[in-house]
Amino acid sequence: FTGEGILAITKALLENGVGYVGGYQGAPISHLMDVLADAQDLLAELGVRYTANASEAAAAAMLAASVHYPIRGAVTFKGPVGVNVASDAIANLSSSGVTGGALIIVGEDYGEDSSIMQERTHAFAMKSQMWLLDPRPNLTAIVDAVEMGFQLSEASNTPVMLELRVRACHVTGSFIARDNRRPPLTVGEAARSPVRDVNRIVLPPANFLHEVEKIERRWPAAVAFIAEHKLNEHFGPADDDIGIIVQGGLFNTLNRALELAGLSDDYGNVAVPVYCLNVTYPLIPAEVAAFCAGKRAVLLVEEGQPEFIEHELNTLLRRADLQTRIVGKDLLPRAGEYTGQVLRDGIAAFLRDWAPERAPALLAPAAADPALAEVPQRPAGFCTGCPERPIFSAMKLVQRDLGPLHVSADIGCHLFSILPPFHIGNTTMGYGLGTAGASAFRSDGQGGGNGGRAVAMMGDGGFWHNGLTSGIGNAVFNQDDSVTIVVDNGYSAATGGQDILSSAGETAGRQTRHPIEAAARGMGVAWTRTLTRTYDVAKMRDTLKDALTTPETGPKVIVAQSECMLNKERREKPQRAAAVKAGKRVVREKFGIDADTCTGDHSCIRLSGCPSLTVAPNPDPLRQDPIAHIDSSCVGCGHCGEVSHAAVLCPSFYKAQVVSNPGLFDRWRASFRATVIGWLQARGQRALAGRSY
Amino acid sequence: MTVPGDASRRQRLTIAILALGGQGGGVLADWILATANSSGYVAQGTSVPGVAQRTGTTVYYIEMLPRRDDASPVLALNPVPGDVDIVIASELMEAGRAVLRGFVSGGTTLITSTHRIYAIAEKSAMGNGIAASQRILAAAERRAGRFIGFDMDRAAAGAGSVISSVMLGALAASAALPFTREQFEAAIHSGGKAVAANLAGFAAGLAQALGEVPEEAAAAPVPAPTTAAGRAALARIEALPSAARPLAVEGVRRLMDYQGADYAALYLDRLENIAALDHAGDRLTRETARYLALWMSYEDIIRVADLKTRASRFERVRAEVGTRPDQVQSITEYMHPRLQEVCEILPAGIGRAILRRPALNRLLAPLFGKGRHVETSSVRWFLLLAAMAGLRRFRPASLRYHEEQARIEAWLAAVHAAALVNLDLAAEIVGAQRLIKGYGSTFARGLANFEAVMAALPGLDRGGDAPARLHALVEAALADEHGIALHRELAAVDGAAVASAASR
Repeated sequence: FTGEGILAITKALLENGVGYVGGYQGAPISHLMDVLADAQDLLAELGVRYTANASEAAAAAMLAASVHYPIRGAVTFKGPVGVNVASDAIANLSSSGVTGGALIIVGEDYGEDSSIMQERTHAFAMKSQMWLLDPRPNLTAIVDAVEMGFQLSEASNTPVMLELRVRACHVTGSFIARDNRRPPLTVGEAARSPVRDVNRIVLPPANFLHEVEKIERRWPAAVAFIAEHKLNEHFGPADDDIGIIVQGGLFNTLNRALELAGLSDDYGNVAVPVYCLNVTYPLIPAEVAAFCAGKRAVLLVEEGQPEFIEHELNTLLRRADLQTRIVGKDLLPRAGEYTGQVLRDGIAAFLRDWAPERAPALLAPAAADPALAEVPQRPAGFCTGCPERPIFSAMKLVQRDLGPLHVSADIGCHLFSILPPFHIGNTTMGYGLGTAGASAFRSDGQGGGNGGRAVAMMGDGGFWHNGLTSGIGNAVFNQDDSVTIVVDNGYSAATGGQDILSSAGETAGRQTRHPIEAAARGMGVAWTRTLTRTYDVAKMRDTLKDALTTPETGPKVIVAQSECMLNKERREKPQRAAAVKAGKRVVREKFGIDADTCTGDHSCIRLSGCPSLTVAPNPDPLRQDPIAHIDSSCVGCGHCGEVSHAAVLCPSFYKAQVVSNPGLFDRWRASFRATVIGWLQARGQRALAGRSY
Repeated sequence: MTVPGDASRRQRLTIAILALGGQGGGVLADWILATANSSGYVAQGTSVPGVAQRTGTTVYYIEMLPRRDDASPVLALNPVPGDVDIVIASELMEAGRAVLRGFVSGGTTLITSTHRIYAIAEKSAMGNGIAASQRILAAAERRAGRFIGFDMDRAAAGAGSVISSVMLGALAASAALPFTREQFEAAIHSGGKAVAANLAGFAAGLAQALGEVPEEAAAAPVPAPTTAAGRAALARIEALPSAARPLAVEGVRRLMDYQGADYAALYLDRLENIAALDHAGDRLTRETARYLALWMSYEDIIRVADLKTRASRFERVRAEVGTRPDQVQSITEYMHPRLQEVCEILPAGIGRAILRRPALNRLLAPLFGKGRHVETSSVRWFLLLAAMAGLRRFRPASLRYHEEQARIEAWLAAVHAAALVNLDLAAEIVGAQRLIKGYGSTFARGLANFEAVMAALPGLDRGGDAPARLHALVEAALADEHGIALHRELAAVDGAAVASAASR
C-alpha cells in the first residue's frame, strides 16, 4: 500500500475485521469519510455497515453496538471540536464499557493553518477514562496503532481514541498490506439475536459499579496490555543521566531536532535515551519509573496545554520517590505547535542546562530584513465565484442603509466574512450555533436602523448538525426576533462536498433533497424566504432589509441557495471541455473590466473580494492608481457585475459570452452584427482620426 | 551505526513548496515524490490541504534520501529554518514569505515565479496599495544561495500549460535534485493527466530557467502628432518645461479624443497659465499637465458610451477573454445611469430645472432606478450607445460641463494663489485632484472629500509644512471609505488653526 496516512487507516480497519464504520466530516479526516463513502460497495461485500452520521454525537453513539456484541466498530471526526460534540455519547460509552473493540479516530486540528480554538482532545480521554493513542507519524506505525487499538479496547473493555495530527493525516508513505477480513459477527447477525446485559447500561446501580470497574479492572488491564505489547518504545542508549520523553506523534520532529544538534541521524539512531509515548493516556508507572531512575533530568516534549502528561509524570515520580527533574513547559513554549524550530531551540536549551558539553553551538539569528515587512498577509477568503460572497456584499449594502448589524457567525466557509474585505460577524460559538449565539439579543421595540434585530449565519451543514433544534427551535420557542440566513450550497461544502439531508443530488443508499425551508417551517417559523440564486445581490439585499424591518415578530429565516462553485467547477469544467471537443455548442461567460473607464477606486473589490477580481498597473499614462482587473480564473458567476449594479458603482464591468461551435443562427446573427456595427465603427474611427492629435 | 550529526555525510534533501490555492502545489509535490520514489530514493511529503483552496497560502513539505534496504528513515513533517535545501515559491510574495519564515538560507536553492497575485489588502486600498516587488525580489536574491526567478505564470500561459509544470521544469533545470530530465518527465507521464500540456509547461520552465530572463519592454516613446491641430498643439507644448512635455502630450491627445481641438487648446491655455508661475519649471507644471487633463476628461454618459462602442474596445475584449476566431462573442455592460447622470448631459438649463424640482425627481427617478444589462454587441443597443456618444458635440452646453468647468476654475485659482507663495503647496493642491474619481456614489464621496480638503486649505497657513500637511490630508481621505481618518486629520487642522489664531 502506498498513499496518505488517512487512506492507510481505511485499509487497516478492513484488515482488522471492523464490523461498522461511521463519522462526521471535518479537516483533517474528511478524506477518510470520502473514502469510506466511495468504498461502500466493497464494505457491503465484506458485511461492513457504513453510516454517514448526522453529527459527531451520532457517530459516537453508534459505537453502542460494541457494548454488548463482540463487533469492532470505528468512527472518525475532528478534534477537539468534534469530540466536544460527541462528549455526551463518549462519556456514556466509556461508562458502559465495550465488548467489541471501539476505536475513535480523531484528527487533531491544532497548530499551523488550524481554523478552530486551540485545545486538546487529551482532556476528554482523561475525563472519560478512555485510552489515547498517539502513534509515530509513519504509515506502518499508524496501521499498527489501529490493530493494537482494537486489541487494547477489547482487553480493557474500554473505547480507544487514535489521535492523528493534521500533517500525519496527509503524510505519504507505504506499508505492507494484508488481506481484508470479514467481521466475525456482522451487525445484521447481532440485530437478529439481541443481547441485553443490564450491568452495561448507565443507570443506578450499574453507573456506580462502572466507576469502580474502571479503576479496579479496566485501567489495570489496559496498563498490563500496553506494557506487555510494548506499545511505548525506547530509542537510543540505555544508560545516560539525561533523557527525553516524547509524544509518539512528535517523534519525527524530535529526531530532526536531535539530528540538527548532532545527536541523531536520518534513521532515528538517537544518542540520548528517548521514551516514546505511543500511548499518551494512560501512562505506565513502572515504565516511567524505570526510564527516569538514574537520570538527573528528563525533557518532556508534550504539545498543547494544559500540560496533563507533565502533571501526571511529576505525580508518578513523587510516588516512586525519584528525584529526577522533569523539564517541560518551564523550558518549552507553554502554547502553540511544536514545530521543528521550536524543538531544535528547546533541545539546545535543555542541553545547555543539563549537558552543556553536548550542547550545539548557538545559532546566530538571521538579521531581519526591513524589505520583508512588506510581504502581505493572505487571510483565507471566499473562492472565485463563491455563492456565499454575494450574501455578504448584500449585507454590506444593507449596513450602508440601516447602519451596522450584530452578526452571530457560525462554522463554515461563511465565517470568512469576518475577514477583509467584508468585516462582518461579531462572534462564533460553534457548529450550527449561529442562531443560538444571537438568542440573547432581542428588539426592545425602540426601533433604530436595524430594528434592534440581530442577524445569525448558519450553513446547511450546521443547520442539520444541530442548528435546526438548538438554533431555530430555540428561537421559535422563545419567540426571538433574529434573522437567520442559512447558506445552502448543495452539500457540506467546506469539508469537501459530503452529502447532507438537503443535498440537491441523489445518492445511493441515502435520502436527500429535504428542503431547509420546509424544516424551518415545520419547526414553527412563520417568516421564511428561499432565494434560489444568491448572485442576485439586489434581491438578497432587499430580502434581508425586509426581514430586518418587517413588523412581523418571531424568528425569520432566509435560505440562500446556490451551489458551491469550487465543487461545481470541478465537476463541470471537464464536461464542458469534452463537449467543446465533441463539437457541441457550448456557451462560456467571463467578466471583464474596461481599463479606460475604470478610475482605480476599487470599491468593487471592497464589496467583492473575489480572487479573480484583482488589480493591474494602470495602462493610462496619466492615471497612477492601479485599475481593477479580472484575471483568467473568472468563472463567470456574475457577482461583480451584480454588485456594481446594486451599489451603483461604475459602468466598467462587462460580461462576455463566448459561444464555441456556434450554430447556424449564431453565425448568421454574428455576421449581421459585424456588418452593421463594423460599418458604424469604421465611420466613428474616421471621425476620431480627424480630431486626433 | 554512523556518527550522528556529521553534516558532511548528510544525504537528506528537503524541499518546501509555498503555493496559493489553485496553483497546483499539491500536483507539483506529487510529481517530485513520484520522481524520487522511482529513482532510488525514499521520499515523504506532507501538506495541510483545505485552507489554501480558499485564497490562503500553504506549505507542502518533502524530504527524501537514498533508499537503503536495511533501514527505514525517520523523516520530519515540517521544515526547520536553515535546513531547507530547495524552496519553490509560486508567486513573488510567497518567496518573500519563505525568506521571512527562515526557510531560505545560504545553502538554499530558491526557485520562484516573479509574477504577483495581489493580496486582499493590496487590492482593496482606495489608491495604490501594492507592495514593492523590487525590494522583495532583491531580498530573496540576497538571502538565497542560488536564485532562479522568472515569470512562470507567463511561461505557463505561453506554453498553454499550468504553473505547476513550469515550476517542475525550473526545478529540473536547477539540478538541485539528482534526477534527470527523463526521470521528471516520467513522473508527469505516470500522473496521467493533461500529459502533453504538462510536458510543454515543463519544457518551457526548463528552458527559461537555463536561459536568461528576457528584459521588460522599454517605455513607449512619446507619440508624434498626425494632424495639423496636433502639430499646432505640439508647438505650444514645446514651450513648456521639458519635464511636463510627455504628460502634456498625453493630456492633449486625451482631450482631443474626448472633445476636440478647441477643448485641448483650452487645456493648454490653463496649463500655460500655471507654467508661467512655475519658476522651478518642474513638478507643478508636470502634475498640472496630468491632473488637469484627467479632470477635464471627466467621465459622463457620453464618454462611457463613446469608449464602449469603439472597434478597438471590441478587439480588446476578444483578446482579454481569449475568444478565438471560430467562436462567437457578445458583450453585455452593467450600466446604471441614474436620473442625476442623465440630467447632467442635458442642456444646463433643462437639467438644472429637473433636478431642482423634487416632485419631478420623484416622478422620473423610478425610470432610472434599475441597473441595465446593455448588450453592446447587439445592433439595437449599439445604435443607442452610438447615439449617446454622438452627443459629444453638444457636451459644452451640458449641465455637467458647466459644473466641472466651474470647479476646475476654482481649483486652478487656488493653485494659482498658492503658487505665488509656495510651489510645493501648489503642486499638492494639484495632486488633491486624485481624490475625484469614479461614478455615482464613489464620485460623490471623492468630490466631497476633495472639497473638505480644499476647505481646510486656509487653516494650513502657507508655511513650510503646509505641503506635507495637505499631502497627509489627501492620504487620510484615501485611508478608508467612511472618512474616519480624514475627519481626524481635519479636526487636527482645525485645532491647530484655532491655536495659532489664539497665539496671535
